[in-house]
Amino acid sequence: MSGATRLASPYLLLSRTCLAVVALLLAVTITGPANAQPPPHVLLDAQVSAKTSAPFDISGYWTSVITQNWRLRMVTPPKGYYMGIPMTPAAKQVADQWDPAKEEASGGQCKGYGAALIMTLPERLRVTWQDDNTLRMDIDAGMQTRALRFGHERSVSAKATLQGDSVAAWIPRRGPAVPPSTPSARYLKVTTIHMLPGYLRKNGVPYSDKAVLTEFYDLIGEPDGEQWMIVTTKVDDPIYLEDPLILSAQFKKQANSSGWDPTPCSVK
Amino acid sequence: MRRTYNQAAIIFLALVTAGLRLSAQIDLSGSWAARNYGDALGNRPGPGPTPVDYLGLPINENARERALLYSPSQISMPERMCSLYAPIYVLLGPFGLKLSNETEPRNGTTTAWRIAAWEDMGTITIWMDGRPHPSANAPHEPGGFTTGVWEDDVLTTFTTHMKTGVLRRNGVATTDRATLKLRFFRHDDILTVTGRIDDPLVLTEPLYLTRTFQLSKVPPYPAVGGPCIPGDEGVPVGSVPHYLPGKNPFLFEMTTKYNIPHEAALGGAETMYPDFRKKIRDSYEFPKPCTADCGGPGAFPLR
Repeated sequence: MSGATRLASPYLLLSRTCLAVVALLLAVTITGPANAQPPPHVLLDAQVSAKTSAPFDISGYWTSVITQNWRLRMVTPPKGYYMGIPMTPAAKQVADQWDPAKEEASGGQCKGYGAALIMTLPERLRVTWQDDNTLRMDIDAGMQTRALRFGHERSVSAKATLQGDSVAAWIPRRGPAVPPSTPSARYLKVTTIHMLPGYLRKNGVPYSDKAVLTEFYDLIGEPDGEQWMIVTTKVDDPIYLEDPLILSAQFKKQANSSGWDPTPCSVK
Repeated sequence: MRRTYNQAAIIFLALVTAGLRLSAQIDLSGSWAARNYGDALGNRPGPGPTPVDYLGLPINENARERALLYSPSQISMPERMCSLYAPIYVLLGPFGLKLSNETEPRNGTTTAWRIAAWEDMGTITIWMDGRPHPSANAPHEPGGFTTGVWEDDVLTTFTTHMKTGVLRRNGVATTDRATLKLRFFRHDDILTVTGRIDDPLVLTEPLYLTRTFQLSKVPPYPAVGGPCIPGDEGVPVGSVPHYLPGKNPFLFEMTTKYNIPHEAALGGAETMYPDFRKKIRDSYEFPKPCTADCGGPGAFPLR
């Protein structure tokens, strides 16, 4: 077989085509594009508003569904019941002084409604877009409002509040370097600081103004059309916690505002 | 020579494709420590839940009546001492998760995920290779039959063919008609697992439960205990400890000890929702301060 014939061989052409495809795939998957720009999904998030790039619709009315830790959430547990909290001795000292009657008399009823605990209380949420980059969350229990700001730069001198200063971001589940499998494959992450001291449990277990709250919001769409939101909260507190406190809460989406009932804070 | 070229090209393509497929998943493998920052309601070691505490469970009348017949001494029956809980227990038990994947050797794709056994729950195998669930008439096994898919980078599993199990370790039971759907949400080193349990014979609404775990450098404790050998704990073979209807001595335990209204303790879908709190808030009186099993600094079992 001559050299010319070998070059014209369809088998060899196929092999070369295969190798060319392999080389191209390798170039794209391993070395990446020649100019080292961020991947397209990262650029997209930076260029469009949080509302436009939202992976799911979080707006609407939600009701909490309390199937776990009922005695800690539906009612205020007994004084001195600290089971499950990785508290420091300093935290116990504070909690042991808790007196619900005094608290009510001094106007401290809302200490159990701060950002670090509020998502686990029995409540309804009304979530709306306050503007293109701010999610507003009204909570009927304790009549509280949170603002989750995307692309927000915090001010160091900001005044502490019960609900603190929250920065939000849509996070790709695979991390920033790998494109998500679908546009919905992201979750909402919220980081909150500048919180006034409050309670990690309504029976007086404290968190300090040094606490940092990190939240993860995941959405579930069921085949029957029901939507659920799972909120995982993590509280770090160098003063009152030996380990981060991680809790979760479940919310079911409602068709309308039925049951929405703003109620003042209560120590009970 | 032609064959060599072709083989090399095909192998190369297969490797690249495998690499792309592998990167199309979230890696869940590893040891995940349980973060049981809650109440002693069945996912805590030790005594577990209080008798006749059905708070927040959407159970029907039949399930409640059956639960009220339950005596905790049933776990001392030689016939039941070593029985394993159904996979629903992964949402109730106190232990962490050891997750691993089984790969297809030629292309590296994951054919199954495994949740390692606990001392009282068998290994859960989550088949990822698209195989169908068995016929409805197929035998039910302690571990059930589970398949999984990735939905928006969230591992979603579905379990059928379970044997009867527990919804709460104080007598609230599931039937062999129950199904379980789990979602594994990974957020860096935190894993949130949410389960939906359906059981047409027990529940009036689906029951959702969520647990959280944190990535750990050491295996979950304890991975598995020693082999279970049935012994004599005072319950004779053939005898089933129980309370006759209306004779449960713990019927008012929740009310007596914790001032929880009796209607709440008996559970039902109504007790899951915030409106129920409003119903009981004004009549609720603070119970006496805690004096035993109260937790506190240094008394925090991470597991």
